[in-house]
Amino acid sequence: MLHIKDLTAEVDGKPILKGIHLTVNAGEIHAVMGPNGSGKSTLASILAGRDGYEITGGSVMYQGKDLLDMPAEDRARDGVFLAFQYPVEIPGVSNIYLLKAAVNARRRHQGLQELDAMDFLSLVKEKVRFMEMDEKMLYRAVNEGFSGGEKKRNEILQMIMLEPTLALLDETDSGLDIDALKVVSKGVNSLRSPNRAMILVTHYQRLLDYITPDYVHVLSAGRIIKSGGPELALELERQGYAWLTGDQKDVPSKGAVQ
Amino acid sequence: MSEAQSTIDEMISKDYEHGFETLLEMDVIPRGLSEDVVRLISAKKNEPEWLLDWRLAAYRHWLTLTPPEWANVHYPAIDYQDMIYYAAPKSQKDGPKSLDEVDPELLKTYEKLGIPLHERAILAGVAVDAVFDSVSVATTFKDKLSEVGIVFCSFSEAVHTHPELIKQYLGSVVPVGDNFYAALNSAVFSDGSFCYIPPGVRCPMELSTYFRINAKNTGQFERTLIVADEGAYVSYLEGCTAPMRDENQLHAAVVELVAMKKAQIKYSTVQNWYPGDKDGKGGIYNFVTKRGECRGDHAKISWTQVETGSAITWKYPSVVLKGDHSVGEFYSVALTNHRQQADTGTKMIHIGRNTKSTVVSKGISAGFGQQAYRGLVRVAKSAVGARNYTQCDSLLLGDQCQAHTFPYIEVKQSTATVEHEASTSRISEDQMFFCRQRGLSPEDAVSMIVNGFCKEVFKELPMEFAVEAQKLLGVSLEGSVG
Repeated sequence: MLHIKDLTAEVDGKPILKGIHLTVNAGEIHAVMGPNGSGKSTLASILAGRDGYEITGGSVMYQGKDLLDMPAEDRARDGVFLAFQYPVEIPGVSNIYLLKAAVNARRRHQGLQELDAMDFLSLVKEKVRFMEMDEKMLYRAVNEGFSGGEKKRNEILQMIMLEPTLALLDETDSGLDIDALKVVSKGVNSLRSPNRAMILVTHYQRLLDYITPDYVHVLSAGRIIKSGGPELALELERQGYAWLTGDQKDVPSKGAVQ
Repeated sequence: MSEAQSTIDEMISKDYEHGFETLLEMDVIPRGLSEDVVRLISAKKNEPEWLLDWRLAAYRHWLTLTPPEWANVHYPAIDYQDMIYYAAPKSQKDGPKSLDEVDPELLKTYEKLGIPLHERAILAGVAVDAVFDSVSVATTFKDKLSEVGIVFCSFSEAVHTHPELIKQYLGSVVPVGDNFYAALNSAVFSDGSFCYIPPGVRCPMELSTYFRINAKNTGQFERTLIVADEGAYVSYLEGCTAPMRDENQLHAAVVELVAMKKAQIKYSTVQNWYPGDKDGKGGIYNFVTKRGECRGDHAKISWTQVETGSAITWKYPSVVLKGDHSVGEFYSVALTNHRQQADTGTKMIHIGRNTKSTVVSKGISAGFGQQAYRGLVRVAKSAVGARNYTQCDSLLLGDQCQAHTFPYIEVKQSTATVEHEASTSRISEDQMFFCRQRGLSPEDAVSMIVNGFCKEVFKELPMEFAVEAQKLLGVSLEGSVG
């Protein structure tokens, strides 16, 4: 479904991705791990279509289409979903309004009929309950006054409602306590499907205790330096990134891994 | 040049040879303002002597005034002699015969704004009886209203049918000497609406649908007077989302509201006058004096406005809170795009005891738009326990537009509570990317965020207007993204 070939990219003239090569097939979950500054979030942002990055080489094919040639909203309507690391607030716009607009934009693009108010409401209420959130949040402004955990749960709620084909989760576990992590993982796992692929960008192994990946890749200084199965993540937890990068700064200090 | 125009030119060059009486018969009087023109206007309307005297006093006072220049708006000096001060309502016969003859761009705009099909024809000037039976609609409304004793008719009509009411209230809220444009309006006002709600009566419908159909004919110096007697309630809608063009560039209306004891007047405006071309040329100047007086205790007056049109908007709908426990409210969304300018706000004058005022102003600037919020909260020494809350927010879209705030707060009573909050914001890159990542186009994202920004104001609008106002905002923001 997703073929990234020799992708290189810069921000403000500074190279961040220095040749990414990655293939993700439908039904697979890939974890992309790495130390700070390795380019993990940059990769997710570029795949989602964020402005501000200059692609200096390589290509990305998504479902046979040139992904980098598509504007962000088209990628979204074609099923690419990014769960943001720092979800933004939108005052005055209610969660339910945004959800409905997004869901119907996707449905229109797929040639489906838009959901009417009643159907939409019962569907979204069901998912809100599933994510163990208070129904009242639907009428609050998007992420306004939400705690970190609530924001992340809101991202997964949106993901569940949009049923993406390629889900990119950018450090979805950062800042979450165990309970929130469990609910978020429950949400992500409920979307596992042979037609769906996911890329989990994470710094820590902890998330992978709850969402078992099929493949784990280690990103360092803009390149994937090692790939393996889920046991690779466990090895990293024991040894730290320095084991692979050889970089002293990647040696974890006590308590670095939660 | 039309036949009528060349006839007029001929007449002018003959130095009014045929005199006053002939001019009286003409549909359009020659350009220029003089005492004779004021008399002509009054005579054409068959006005009583007292009203002519009132106009003349206003005109003579106007001659002593100079145009104000303190607002944060810039425009070439207006030549008050280069205007036509009276034109009879256009005959239906001159308009398009059907929607097929109407500019398709205009029809497209009506579509985007969600204007009901039958109203599009009327707004475009198609002969009414060919499309829609307006007579029966008008009659139904009038019957319903007269059943409960409500007077709702054109100002000109009211001068003849209810002169005692006009005499009693005209100029009592906006005196002729109030300002340059009020004086001008008082001398040459064309027509407008008059509404009187008797004691204890709640007006059974929004006074809008009927009015909108006739809005086109009220002219550039509109005069409106609404009086709600003790315990009465009325909700009045002015204007319309459809883009309105007019040959006359200056629109200087005066609106006076009087709310007696325990009465309530809700006045909502949606204005989309022609804003001019992309260089700002040819747009309408909307210089308006609007004021409401809470004359009785526990009276309430609310102004809600959505201003997206006009080249220049200059208005301060205000409330004078004379009655004890009276309440004044001002909710505003003003959009300036391309080369539009606006200097708008409100004045809340607290005089009675325990009065309360709320001001929520949302300004959106895009393109090269220039916007100023100018607000006055004045608490007199007598206004024990006065409370005001003012919230003034600006949203800047783009890097060439401007937003300014000029708050004036004058408090002479120590038990008063006055709060002022202000914010300036932009739509951040992060917000735009987030919306796009959820499948929204950049235009829809901006529209959604801007509507969210204006929510507090839109929820004060009567339902049908609120839906139209949201669409209008979307249409007005076209071209501001990217």
